[in-house]
Amino acid sequence: MSHSESSSTKTLVWIRAAGFLLFALGLSVFVLSLSLSDYRLTEETFNRLAASGAVQEKHQEALFGELDSLRDKYYKSTHTFLSDIDRKISETNERLGGGAKIWDYDRGQYRLAIVREAATGLLPSRTRLFFLLSLILGSLGAIIHFLPRLWLEPEGIKNNGVFFHSAKSRGFWGIALGVFLIGFYIALYFFPAYIVNWIRLGDPISEALRGRPADRWFFYGLMYTLTLLVMAVRMAIHYRHNRYQLVRTASVSFFQLGFAFLIPAVLEALNKPAIDLKNAWPLNYSFFYKYNLDGLMSSGAFGWFILLWGIGLAVILVPLLAVFFGKRWYCSWVCGCGGLAETLGDPFRHLSDKSLKAWKAERWIVHSVLVFAVVMTSIVLINFFSGQDGQPLLGEATGKFQTWYGFLIGSIFAGVVGTGFYPVLGNRVWCRFGCPLAAILGLVQKFKSRFRITTNGGQCISCGNCSTYCEMGIDVRWYAQRGQNIIRSSCVGCGICSAVCPRGVLRLENGPEEGRYNEVSLVQIGQGRIDVA
Amino acid sequence: MKRIVIIGNGIAGITAARHIRKRSDDEITVISAESDHFFSRTALMYIYMGHMAFENTKPYEDFFWEKNRIQLMREWVSRVDTENKRLFFAGGRHLEYDVLIIASGSKSNKFGWPGQDLAGVQGLYSLQDLELMETHTRKVERAVIVGGGLIGIEMAEMLLSRQIPVTFLVREASWMDFAFPAEESAMIDRHVVSHGIDLRLSTELDRIEADERGRVRAAVTKDGEEIPCQFLGLTVGVSPNVDFLQDSGIECQRGVMADDMLLTSAPDVYAAGDCVQLRSPKPGRRPIEPLWYTGRMMGETIARTVCGEPTTYDPGIWFNSAKFIDIEYQVYGDIKAKLGEGEKSLYWEHSSGEKSLRIHYMEADQRVIGFNLMGIRYRHELCHQWLEEGRTLPFILENLGAANFDPEFYAQYERELIQLYNDQHPNLPLRLKRRRGLKQFLSLRRASA
Ligand SMILES: Cc1cc2nc3c(=O)[nH]c(=O)nc-3n(C[C@H](O)[C@H](O)[C@H](O)COP(=O)(O)OP(=O)(O)OC[C@H]3O[C@@H](n4cnc5c(N)ncnc54)[C@H](O)[C@@H]3O)c2cc1C
Ligand code: SF4
Ligand code: SF4
Repeated sequence: MSHSESSSTKTLVWIRAAGFLLFALGLSVFVLSLSLSDYRLTEETFNRLAASGAVQEKHQEALFGELDSLRDKYYKSTHTFLSDIDRKISETNERLGGGAKIWDYDRGQYRLAIVREAATGLLPSRTRLFFLLSLILGSLGAIIHFLPRLWLEPEGIKNNGVFFHSAKSRGFWGIALGVFLIGFYIALYFFPAYIVNWIRLGDPISEALRGRPADRWFFYGLMYTLTLLVMAVRMAIHYRHNRYQLVRTASVSFFQLGFAFLIPAVLEALNKPAIDLKNAWPLNYSFFYKYNLDGLMSSGAFGWFILLWGIGLAVILVPLLAVFFGKRWYCSWVCGCGGLAETLGDPFRHLSDKSLKAWKAERWIVHSVLVFAVVMTSIVLINFFSGQDGQPLLGEATGKFQTWYGFLIGSIFAGVVGTGFYPVLGNRVWCRFGCPLAAILGLVQKFKSRFRITTNGGQCISCGNCSTYCEMGIDVRWYAQRGQNIIRSSCVGCGICSAVCPRGVLRLENGPEEGRYNEVSLVQIGQGRIDVA
Repeated sequence: MKRIVIIGNGIAGITAARHIRKRSDDEITVISAESDHFFSRTALMYIYMGHMAFENTKPYEDFFWEKNRIQLMREWVSRVDTENKRLFFAGGRHLEYDVLIIASGSKSNKFGWPGQDLAGVQGLYSLQDLELMETHTRKVERAVIVGGGLIGIEMAEMLLSRQIPVTFLVREASWMDFAFPAEESAMIDRHVVSHGIDLRLSTELDRIEADERGRVRAAVTKDGEEIPCQFLGLTVGVSPNVDFLQDSGIECQRGVMADDMLLTSAPDVYAAGDCVQLRSPKPGRRPIEPLWYTGRMMGETIARTVCGEPTTYDPGIWFNSAKFIDIEYQVYGDIKAKLGEGEKSLYWEHSSGEKSLRIHYMEADQRVIGFNLMGIRYRHELCHQWLEEGRTLPFILENLGAANFDPEFYAQYERELIQLYNDQHPNLPLRLKRRRGLKQFLSLRRASA
């Protein structure tokens, strides 16, 4: 290597390191920002809580009355402040009693609102600055870290050191990352009042898009989109020689940014139901919930359009496209869960379990979730159509059913386990074991679809790259080495098996269904196809 | 019920075992000294590079063997007694067989260079070699690889993945120019150099120098140049691993001599895979073919014969594949380095110099005899079919799109190749009738069936 070449290599390595440092800095500011506020309930706080409608009018007098004893008291710790608020809400409830009580849902909302409005200090007063120093700096740093790979590494599959890398092989950093992600999801779903400072970091974008401060789901959407886009840059660089990967990565980025993030935000700004038009039932399990149907039906023509679209999407469009293109069109081109798995999750894809046991477990679990989702939705719909006055089917249990589904499947499975465990179980745990929509599409793919992965005659050398990098834990090699096409209900068509195969054995393709399931003997290839019994 | 014993748990032995189990209830025992379970030798490089763990290179989960009643033994066979149909193990114990299949693979060549047994000098064939390489390449400032073959280039890539500078000594004037046409050979030369490998063509090893601790210190070339290095990879080919068969009564020359049915000179003893030397190979084929695919086809052939369906070994139309760092390579049919009598070549190369298409055909009747692909994937089945049917160049060119096996959205270059042909034959311009795609491929398959 000439002198100038090696010195420019050095510069690029330095830029990469600097990028990583900026990312680490952004992440540190992000984590630290949780502690950069203190709390004081002032006259103004009460006014704001009342004016914004955050606390319902019927509760205002009683609640504010109780909270009055905390007025102007200064709190350093979120936890202490929240304990006091909790105590006061309970006391308010004792005072109100019976039907006037503050129910759990409202209680959660009030805690969030009070923490938010009572916060003072560095972060609340400099939100914009901290937004730049955390989310933007971290994102830029990550991109600066990725970009030099364009010049440092030649194009092609570069999985060097994946199995030695602490973060990618369940080493210390992998576990640390897992703990962080799991913590993030637990806080987001179950302790949002503790991460109000994070939610606040979404304000600059939320104000610009929707003309109002961020709430927790807007903040989550922002984080999700930002992470997906930044990691899409990495994905595109990593597989830049592979157009299938480039187009697919552009597609998931487009659907996340446009359909999941921007369009709902704009709809909200226009006072329309904020809906993610690509999010199909039963992945979107609450679509047929009463509150959603009521909401849509009362939103005029637009609401009806969304309602019909949602039904058409789930019942016709999604399965039909799977007939033509396989489930991949949804799972690895459009879906948000898939989008994150294919970007943030890509470095962890090899951690999926390839054993036969895991496959057996997968079939039981994912189909059980599908049954759970269908039964729940059926009950919800029967109740809906049996009218407002009729006795609800299963009575109280319906609500419980919904709550448990939301808790177990929607939060724990899809969020905490599905994403939090990327660095431990791989990037498609949710899609493989938990997603009811994937289960439906899998049935289509297996029994009635033009999609398959064709095996290229006898070229397989059984090396195992395909199986190793299959995020769905499919033992691709099992089929490839016997010259058999790969048709598995779980295959999301990510195309990575085909990309990493060093012998050009695998091709994802759509075509006539006949002969999709083939049985080719290896000697047949050599001996001009003798029939084997 | 026969007692079938197989020496070697590589692709040849395991394929035989699996297919015998599919076809019979015979007792099957597979013996290997190298590993408890079958793993993919072709994937050794990926373990070193951190693409995979050893576990990932096992094509079958560990429970597979017991479930299929294939008994595994981790032993070294030191002697075979064909008269009494017995094997002897290193410890002196023995095992009886009714049918013996020898699938003992290869060993790395060494050509008697001074210093070839020093610490830090090694080939790459077995799992143990890989472990050795792992220890020998720690804290190494430069490595030298001797021998420009497929394993040599893999070893270079392995070392690069650990940022170890590599000097690559190749005897030929261009990489594997005895097997590859000049353009492809030059492409590989360029590619190797572009990855920062110090490629020395037309350079031969003279001797290997030791340091005071008996480790390799330098390689000295025939021109007298001394290249300091702390690791030296000897990748100058492999030869059949048959030393343990001396005095067994099984005829061996370079490999185990085997007839058309892969039967050796001893009754009920067959041989498969790398260790085989065919008495009468098919025209154009070598008697020893140390290839994954060969082992697999031989294994299945023997399984049939042993299970009562006598089958001659016929490897059919030649195919092979490899990857030279980032350039994938596939070949179907007969592509010689130098054109044979009456052969012509149509060759197109991409402007990047890293992709090419080549078709060899007979000038007289335009019959196509082979495809050579660099950086582009083609369909095995269709190329096989065309070669078998003896299709002509114009027919194949017009339908060539259907043979393309690159992933969706990849650029297609068949038009460029046709343009090249049309420029050479302006009076009868050809037109590409079929583009890439499964439908195109299937309609051609159907038309011929
Ligand atoms: C690094 C590398 C890369 C390769 N890449 C390719 C490729 O891309 N494509 C390709 O076609 N080919 C490739 N090959 C060649 C291919 O791997 C071999 O042709 C194939 O593995 C040979 O299989 P086999 O079953 O004949 O023998 P082996 O796989 O060698 O199996 C023989 C086994 O028998 C054991 N054994 C031998 N003698 C005894 C004894 N006396 N007692 C007990 N056990 C014994 C050996 O230890 C060994 O485990 C590659 C080889 C190497 C080393
Ligand atoms: S089989 Fe291939 S395309 Fe399907 S999910 Fe696995 S890696 Fe992706
Ligand atoms: S990656 Fe390719 S060659 Fe390796 S096992 Fe899979 S299909 Fe076979």
